[in-house]
Amino acid sequence: MLLRGVALLAACFVAGQILGETLGRFLGIQANVGGVGFAMLFLILAQNELEKRGLFHLEMEEGVHFWSKMYIPIIVAMSSVQNVRVAFSNGLLALLAGIIPVIACLALMPILSKLAPKD
Amino acid sequence: MEYIITFLDKNGLVFAFLVTGLIMYFSEGISKNLTRGKIPGSAISIFMGLVLAYFAGLETLGKKGIADIPGFSGFEIMGGPMFRDFAIVSTAMGASFAIIKKTGPIGVLSLFLGVIISFAAGVIIAYAMGITDAESLTTIGAGACTFVVGPVTGTALGASSDIIAISIAAGVVKSILVTIGTPLIAPYIGLKTPQSAMIFGGLMGTTSGTAAGLAATDPKLVPYGAMTATFYTGLGCLMCPSVLYFLMRAIL
Repeated sequence: MLLRGVALLAACFVAGQILGETLGRFLGIQANVGGVGFAMLFLILAQNELEKRGLFHLEMEEGVHFWSKMYIPIIVAMSSVQNVRVAFSNGLLALLAGIIPVIACLALMPILSKLAPKD
Repeated sequence: MEYIITFLDKNGLVFAFLVTGLIMYFSEGISKNLTRGKIPGSAISIFMGLVLAYFAGLETLGKKGIADIPGFSGFEIMGGPMFRDFAIVSTAMGASFAIIKKTGPIGVLSLFLGVIISFAAGVIIAYAMGITDAESLTTIGAGACTFVVGPVTGTALGASSDIIAISIAAGVVKSILVTIGTPLIAPYIGLKTPQSAMIFGGLMGTTSGTAAGLAATDPKLVPYGAMTATFYTGLGCLMCPSVLYFLMRAIL
């Protein structure tokens, strides 16, 4: 049952990523367009559907939960393989072009939040 | 000594689990004792990872941070895009489809605004620092989106390799800044609901930065932010070498 959960996650991952890659090809760009997002949608929909049919076991959920708890350790490992040296040694232009756009976008955050529907 | 390093490289993923565990244990201690829990242990761990990557880069002159150190090659697998994306997708379990659907249109708006504003800000800075040709300006503007959009755009437009390097560096700076800055700025920009996380993901784009920053802020927000951020790089790769490049040509 545990592995069925992991397999369900893997199925959604593969389907979503392939859809993202295909969409990228279709649009003529060398990038994955929303693969992770599609995979997440598939997982949410699959979970809802299985629950409706009474096929979703607690142990399956645990198989997925393991990976969502591994998320932060994986992010820690990810940050330790970044090319941080290059980010700080490529001069002022790279630093400013990385920092200023973030600040400009953050300034928009409160305005867009006001437009968001409340729940 | 050598056989130990060979052994560690052979069992790289397992050794990476061990080292990451130690980093996180150590960071928990710093969080509790030095900051009285004010800065979450996960944020400190992520920051420590970046610091280790920086020093590893200085030591080895490699591109892969700590993974370039003999014995630590397993970090490339554990911290690579496959595990990262697999773990991000898993966080969607239990996320509310209703909220995603309701916030969807604002999420799309924030995506477009995020790409256009980052691009424009990058271009203005590059122009102010003396770059004047449309191809280079567009490439640096694209780098201000993410470190994938920069080189994809630069290659498509035939920009020079040093400009492409700057665009990658700008994208990496952005990703690191979002990683470290998100938990610090979250209270001031109202980043505490799934809706706001979706807007945030759309505006920032960098999937790794957004996901790491949100994880350190509130792990419940991760799926919502990642959901929009994952479309950002694709949108950037679509718009920068086309519409935005033509716009630059028209302006100059």
